[in-house]
Amino acid sequence: MRVFSTRRLRALRKALLGVVGLTGFLVVWQLIPTLGLVNPLYLPYVTDVLARLFEQLVDLAFWRRLGSTMTSWAIGLTVATIAAVALGTVVGLVPFLRRSTHTVVEFLRPIPSVALIPLAVLMFGIQMQAALVIIVYASFWQVFVQVIYGVADVDVVARDTARSFGLTRREQLTHLVLPTTLPYLMTGLRLAAAVALILAITAEMVIGNPGLGRMIELSRSAGDAAGLYALVVVTGLLGLAVNIVFRFIERRVLSWHQSIRGEEAR
Amino acid sequence: MSAYTSRIATTTRGRRVGPRIAASLLYPLGLPMLLLVSWGLVSTRGTSRFFPGPLTIADAFLQTWVGPAFVEDVLPSLARLGLGVAASIVLGIAAGTVIGLVVWLRELLEPLLEFLRAIPPPVLIPVVMLLLGITDTMKVVVIVSGAVWPILLNTIEGVRATDSVMKETAESFQVSWWERLWFLVLPAASPRIMAGVRQALSVALILMVISEMFASSSGLGYRIAYFQRNYLIAEMWSGILLLGLVGVFLAVAFGLVERRVLRWYHGIREVNRA
Repeated sequence: MRVFSTRRLRALRKALLGVVGLTGFLVVWQLIPTLGLVNPLYLPYVTDVLARLFEQLVDLAFWRRLGSTMTSWAIGLTVATIAAVALGTVVGLVPFLRRSTHTVVEFLRPIPSVALIPLAVLMFGIQMQAALVIIVYASFWQVFVQVIYGVADVDVVARDTARSFGLTRREQLTHLVLPTTLPYLMTGLRLAAAVALILAITAEMVIGNPGLGRMIELSRSAGDAAGLYALVVVTGLLGLAVNIVFRFIERRVLSWHQSIRGEEAR
Repeated sequence: MSAYTSRIATTTRGRRVGPRIAASLLYPLGLPMLLLVSWGLVSTRGTSRFFPGPLTIADAFLQTWVGPAFVEDVLPSLARLGLGVAASIVLGIAAGTVIGLVVWLRELLEPLLEFLRAIPPPVLIPVVMLLLGITDTMKVVVIVSGAVWPILLNTIEGVRATDSVMKETAESFQVSWWERLWFLVLPAASPRIMAGVRQALSVALILMVISEMFASSSGLGYRIAYFQRNYLIAEMWSGILLLGLVGVFLAVAFGLVERRVLRWYHGIREVNRA
């Protein structure tokens, strides 16, 4: 019982310190323009930014822009994931394909997806499709590489056992390959979700298709500092939400896996 | 058991040397060649203006980038990238070590860092532009403001996860604080730190390109956007190719450094696996 209460005390302390840290950050932010270290035109008061943030939250146009950002994020992530899982499984399972695609993958993967922005604009103009090209390209590799690793990680003894028990190809896929790959896939998915959000907003900033990114660019060129900072805070919260949701999904899907069971037993 | 079977396999394979060499060349080069040739065929047959053939792009590549453009546009971009990455590594490891070692500091900053990391880095470009104006410093600061987070957070995690038995052993042997840091904590954290640096490199490259597309009159990103706006299609492709080459070069260079730094770590893992 005492162990339990000290653990709770520690958790309380941690939460308290975290809140103090966040508050401290906000206070320092408020003090910098107040003391005149930076012109409030460039670094607005935190109170102004928060007021603007709440103003946005009751504005329907803001939600519409958020909606279009999240739509391109969701479509891009889904397309990339499906393509990466299908291709990754095939390439990972067939040694011939794995060997012959290695060079191409190693060359294409490090190409920064933003390099494709001009091409996407030429092909699709200022539309969501142009943004999708970039989102899909960037998030595809995150999942693809993880799936290839995962499929190759099947335990040799387990594979031989499955074979000698005469499991069909299909049974091997569902009972052997899928459980081995799932942790890798979830990691890839979590990374891809974050990358897709970054590129959805980046594409809107550079290409100019409607969404939060374009609004950021517009408030910058209009010199609306408070609006700009409020939107940056919004994107941060959005990124945080995506991280939390995907971590939660990962824990749920892998609840049977040692890495998560071991943590909970402690 | 597995060592025994693998030895037999190599001796039987060893007899046919010719096909083996052919296979080791064909596997890495076969598909790229096939893709290039089919791209060439499609582009000569097709009518799409946006996909010039590989020869046209190669020609444009030589015309555009070999010569003064390399000194005026490419080198400054790469210098800013290098400076930004170096600053992120130094800052990330230094701050990460301190935060990772001091418990109350870590608990104080954790939620804040978690939030700052979640901000998509390109969003910071307008903010830094507002604060610093459109200068070279601004572009380096933009790179640092995005690339520092993966290194910082991974260093914190790595420092935190130092083996407690080793830590206590070092303490009871009265190893000095600096020596403990240098010989125990940093090496123990180095696999995590390197993983962070790898992520930081790709973020830094993205930010270099975007900050130049956004606010610049020189540099690699600016050039590519300029070519696109003026419908110089082959030149635009050559720029994409150059960025790809920079990305591949960074990945290869990082791989070499990582192998050198983490030689002991990969060695241990191999021994454990065998």
